[in-house]
Order: sequence, then structure tokens, then C-alpha cells
Amino acid sequence: MSAEAIRVGVRRPARRLFVHQLRSEQLVFWRSREAAFFIFLFPLLLYVLLGSVYSGKIYGVPAPEALLAGLIGYGCANTAFAGLAIQLVIRRESGILKRLRSTPLPPATYVGSLLVSTLIVFALQAAALFLLGRALYGTPFPSDAGSFAAAVVIGAAVFAALGTATASVIRSAEGSSAVVNFILLPTAFLTGSFGPTRHYPAFLRAIGDVLPLRYFINLVNAVYLRGHGFWTQPQALAVLAAWGVAGLVFTVFRFQWEPRER
Amino acid sequence: MHAIEVSGLRKAYGNLEAVRGVDFEIEEGEVFGLLGPNGAGKTTTVEILEGYRKRDAGEVRVLGHDPERPGPDFRERIGVVLQQSQLWPNLTVRETHAIFAGYYRAPRNVDEVIALVGLVDKANARVKSLSGGQKRRLDLGIALVGDPDLVFLDEPTTGFDPQARRAAWEMIRSLRSLGKTVLLTTHYLDEAEQLADRVAVLREGQIVRVGTPAELTTTDLQTEIRYRQDGEEVLVRTDEPTRVLADLASAAVARGEELEGLQVRRPSLEDVYLALTAEEQEAEAEVEA
Ligand SMILES: Nc1ncnc2c1ncn2[C@@H]1O[C@H](COP(=O)(O)OP(=O)(O)O)[C@@H](O)[C@H]1O
Ligand SMILES: [Mg+2]
Repeated sequence: MSAEAIRVGVRRPARRLFVHQLRSEQLVFWRSREAAFFIFLFPLLLYVLLGSVYSGKIYGVPAPEALLAGLIGYGCANTAFAGLAIQLVIRRESGILKRLRSTPLPPATYVGSLLVSTLIVFALQAAALFLLGRALYGTPFPSDAGSFAAAVVIGAAVFAALGTATASVIRSAEGSSAVVNFILLPTAFLTGSFGPTRHYPAFLRAIGDVLPLRYFINLVNAVYLRGHGFWTQPQALAVLAAWGVAGLVFTVFRFQWEPRER
Repeated sequence: MHAIEVSGLRKAYGNLEAVRGVDFEIEEGEVFGLLGPNGAGKTTTVEILEGYRKRDAGEVRVLGHDPERPGPDFRERIGVVLQQSQLWPNLTVRETHAIFAGYYRAPRNVDEVIALVGLVDKANARVKSLSGGQKRRLDLGIALVGDPDLVFLDEPTTGFDPQARRAAWEMIRSLRSLGKTVLLTTHYLDEAEQLADRVAVLREGQIVRVGTPAELTTTDLQTEIRYRQDGEEVLVRTDEPTRVLADLASAAVARGEELEGLQVRRPSLEDVYLALTAEEQEAEAEVEA
């Protein structure tokens, strides 16, 4: 066999398997009404709700644009952190992950396609938020689409790492949604996903200032509201990278395929 | 060649020795039953062979692989039905089969497999709408869709009603006609007797007997002869039932009496199993030893 044949022979099934698994993940996601509602639609509903509450300007930009940036932050954390964590715990505790381990599907293909599937859901959600903003409030699309796409991918990767890490510490499927939202909702409020935080007490703002969602929203603000390139935000990128690496390392050491409860 | 070779297998969880030196071999094309009560170590043994758990000691070969370090085709060639597992509740039976089929290099036709496990009527039904027995058939279907050579079935019929169990037995028999090697665990004696070419009885992590179901009944358990004499129940246990019965009968005839309520009972597989797995028996045996 020539080197070329070996390469094709090895590579093509790997890609075929990845595409197969990605399609399976998308089917599983969209078939679940709860996931489609709470993960995909919920941020859109919140945008409509908050958009009707706030008017005028927030931080010197029209309120619908500032809220849009905040909800992209919330949507990212909701999809890649909360949604992924809950799905993973349910799959682990119900034995699906264990069952998949005895098939020829490589773990890296499984995890990779799950992450890409999550990214697809979030990217669609971001697109839907922009369309909604344009339709309801006349908000503009991002001027630098490349930088915005980069921000979306970076945010999804960081929150997915934190989501898998969180899934590793949650023991039961029943409690997973409560635990995850107990983390996510205060985070979203403290970091300004749902509106300005300047009237919050200083200590609450200080807490918000260490959370990754704050820096993701900063990044989105810079790219969307001010038209900067994503690379012009070294502080936000550094903090996000630190959280992402922490989540990844934790995941590598603590991730489990088999049910925790016996 | 043997499909499975196990020797000196040991596994402990903390202080609990779940498997304490197990040896057996399974021929290609054989249906092998691992029979034992709950906690005997069946799942531990099977999951070591499937590659889920690491053994503490012993040699294990499954289709020529060490399951702890399997080669690339190991998972292509095994099919697994776990003791407990669920699938995606919102997908249909056919979608679930198709997803699993996509993981294998040379899968079987999805609709053929669905027919084989008797779910044709349910092919487009959501998994969450299936009954327990139908879900178990789905588990079997996705274990077969990759066209494995070796199938592990961990308590495939536990919790079934008698009718569903019969249907499952038929399916497992059909695996034999497909030439598959099957390792089946069960705590139902009749199931092992019905399905397995050979049975290993596992108790407290050790194999106490291996053989064909027929061989297991030829045992050191004695035949029981019961009758009543002067209103008292008499029980004789013997290895020579013919001679004892002849003696008893001729004595009774000589006295001009009838052996009232005469019963002669050969040990059933059930008796053997109970004797092999009962704890008092072990305690006695240890005192004697
Ligand atoms: N992961 C585990 N951790 C601790 N103990 C276990 C674990 N799995 C099984 N055991 C114990 O090992 C013994 C054998 O269990 P198992 O192999 O599941 O038996 P069986 O399948 O025959 O019912 C039982 O006492 C069980 O409680
Ligand atoms: Mg078991």
C-alpha cells in the first residue's frame, strides 16, 4: 500500500465518522423540545423582554445594541456552559456515554463533534439574535464579521471547557439543571448580561469582575459596539484563556464516562 | 481458537473482593452462561472482558485482544448489552439503530436488525414510548447492528414478564444460528438451561461449577427418598437409590405394609444451583474442610 493510500484509508473514515456523529448530535439536540427551548429560544425571549424594558442609551450606545451584546454573552454561557453541562451529566448518568465507549467511535471524535455541535447551536442563536434585533429595534450587524466570528468561537470554547468541567463535579442528573443555573443566573446578572451593573454595590461588581462572562461580554462589546478587532482586547483574551485552560485541565483529570450513582 | 480465555482473574473494590480467581474459556460460536445470584461478580467479570474495568490480576484474552489495551478492531467485533443503560429518549428506534450503525466499518442493514429483534412495528416510535421489554430489544439491536462476532449480554431479561422472556430467548437462540459467540449472564437458572451450551456457576467471585446444563445435574447431590412409617415422615438421602429402594420395598412387602406417600426425587438443576450458591452450604463445607 502506498503512503497515499494509507493516508486516505485512515483519514476518510475518520472524517466520515466525525460528520456522522455531528449529524447525530444535531438530531439529538433539536429533537429535544426542552433543549431547543431553554437553550436556543430562551435568550431570544429574554432579548424581546429586556428590549421592551430598557430604552435610551446604555454606556453611551443605544440600549438594544448593548442588550444584544449582553445576551450574546448570556446565550454563549447558556448554550456552551449550562446546556452542555446538563446534557453531559444526563448522558453520563443514563449510561449513554458508557454505551458509546464500547463502540468503535473514538472518544476524541465524540467530544470533538459534541463541541462543534454546541458551537453550531450557539452560532445559530447569535445569528437569530442579530436578526431579531434588526427586525425589532433596527440594530446593526457586526461591522467586522471575522472578528465577531472569532469572538463567538473563543467564547464557545471557553464556556464548553467550563461546562465539561462542571459536568464532572455534578453527581446526579436530577440536580444538574438546578446546580448549573445556580451558577449561571447570578453570573449573568453580575456581569451585565441583562442590563447595566453600574448601580450594583461595589462588592457585587468586584465579583462580576473575575467571572469569565464579564470578559466575554467585554470582548463582544469591543467587537460589536465599537468595531474593534478581537485581538485588540488582550486583557479579555487572557482572562478567558485562563478560565478555559482551567476548565480543560479539570476536565482532563476528572471527566468520567460511567454513571456516578450506583 | 477460543473467543474468550480467562485465567486467574481477580478484581477487588477496596476491601471487597468481587472476583476471586476465575478461569474459563469460551469457544467460538458457543453460547456461554455465567449464572449466579446478585453480587456474585458477573457484571464485574463481563465488564472486564468488555474493556470497561481494569483487572487486578489474571490473564484475559478476548478475540485475541487484551481488553485493557485493545487493538483497533476489538470494538468493531464486539456487541455489548449492558446490565443498565438508556438511549436518547427522543429519537426513534430506526434513528438510534442508524446512529450506531454509522460507528462500524461494515454494519448490518438497519431494517434487517430491527426485524431480527422484533421491533418492526416500533421502528418509527420514540425510544421513550417503548416498554421495558422493547427497550431491551433495542439494546440488543444496537449491539448487533455492527455485525459483531462476540456478543455480551448482561442480564438481558431481568424484569421481564414470562412472555417477554420467551420472546427474548428466541432472539438469543437466533444469535447462535448466526454463528455468534455469546456470553450471557443471568440469575435465572431456567434461562441458562434454555440458552447456554455451557454454564459456569459463579458464587462470591468464584466459579463453583462449569459444564453443560446436563452435566451440572449429574452431581454429588443425593437422591431423596421419602415415605411415611407409623405416621412419621422418613427421609433417606442416597447415592444408590435403586438398592436402597429395593431394600425398603422388600422389607415393607415382608411386613405386608405399604410404603405410604413414597416419593423418589432426583436433584433438579435448581437444587444443584441452590446448593452451589447457598451460603450455609459454604459455611458447612468450610467447617468440614
Ligand atoms: N464499581 C463498584 N464499586 C464498588 N463495589 C462494586 C462495584 N461494582 C460491583 N461492586 C460490588 O462487587 C460485587 C459484585 O458485583 P457485580 O459484579 O455487579 O455482581 P453481579 O453482576 O453478579 O450482581 C457486589 O458486592 C457489588 O456490590
Ligand atoms: Mg450484574
